[in-house]
Amino acid sequence: MSYEQDPQNVTNPEHDEHHVVSPLQYTLVFVTLLTMTAITVAAAYVNLGLLNPVIALAIACFKACIVVLFFMHIKYSSRLIKMTVFSGFFMFFVLVMMTLTDYMSRAWGRY
Amino acid sequence: MDNQAINETLGAGALADGHAEHVSLPQMRHHFETEEQQREAASLGMWLFLLTEIMFFGGLFMAYLLYRNWYHDAFVAASNTLSIPLGAFNTGVLISSGFMMALAVWAAEMRKKGLLVVFLVLTTILGLVFMGVKYVEYKEKFELRHVPGESFDISRFVNPTPEARDQQHLPVDTARKTELFFSLYFVMTGMHALHMIIGIGLLVWLIARAQKGDFSAGYVAPIENFALYWHFVDIIWIFLFPLLYLINIHPGR
Repeated sequence: MSYEQDPQNVTNPEHDEHHVVSPLQYTLVFVTLLTMTAITVAAAYVNLGLLNPVIALAIACFKACIVVLFFMHIKYSSRLIKMTVFSGFFMFFVLVMMTLTDYMSRAWGRY
Repeated sequence: MDNQAINETLGAGALADGHAEHVSLPQMRHHFETEEQQREAASLGMWLFLLTEIMFFGGLFMAYLLYRNWYHDAFVAASNTLSIPLGAFNTGVLISSGFMMALAVWAAEMRKKGLLVVFLVLTTILGLVFMGVKYVEYKEKFELRHVPGESFDISRFVNPTPEARDQQHLPVDTARKTELFFSLYFVMTGMHALHMIIGIGLLVWLIARAQKGDFSAGYVAPIENFALYWHFVDIIWIFLFPLLYLINIHPGR
């Protein structure tokens, strides 16, 4: 049988023991997400100048992080999956930064 | 592991008969070493698909970011015609839907068939509520003639009504750029809604299979991978809501 090659999961330790997230944990994440939504709506009505978009995006990033970590189980995933997910978001970040650098520096020195 | 023990016994018996390939549980196919390895292979594949989705929506976010900088005043005025209460309500609905989906994964892991079906049905209902609110929002845009195209109407931005939130009068050439905001608004929320419709279709299929007991005997991968997709669609909305609805009340300039 195939699993006799590594029955104790020793030579391939990336096959972690499977972790099931408890309903209590899900509930805490759910309550946090709703609270952050309320905060972000409330914050939008306060005039904070330049900070308004920054705060809104920071809260959105925080919400996305806890969805990825807990609802999508990344906190309990193997390193392979963690690296894959991180590289995807990082690649997107790099592409946005490079595009913005290009557009924002095009008109430099012309005004 | 129970299933491995069963596999071993069955496998050994089948091997003696020369029919080893006939014994295979859906969660433990022959070409995997362990159930965990099969699970991980499935989630890796799902995540690779989701990475392509990040790039797909990412391009739209990038376009929004850039055009909002270029046509700032038009984007602010157009954005302020969206209903924040409806948007906030829909955010809550979508988060609740994601919560129900997370609980569905737990129910499948615990092999509770009844609970799994209940949570999947609740996920679907909340998804449909989201689509219903989206319908109300789109309908208003059609009535105001704020849908890009032939009949697009800028009069509200050039001569705002007294009850409009943003009472700033825009010059005509600036007001024309509001069409660009609504193009991006409809493409971004529309692609998000398309993902929701596909997801609801898949949910109906999963509910039927869950009802047959397909996912309450240790085979969780389809539920788990669908949950990844559903949460991903959640994340897109988590960014769409502040960018389209919120950040333009006080645009920071």
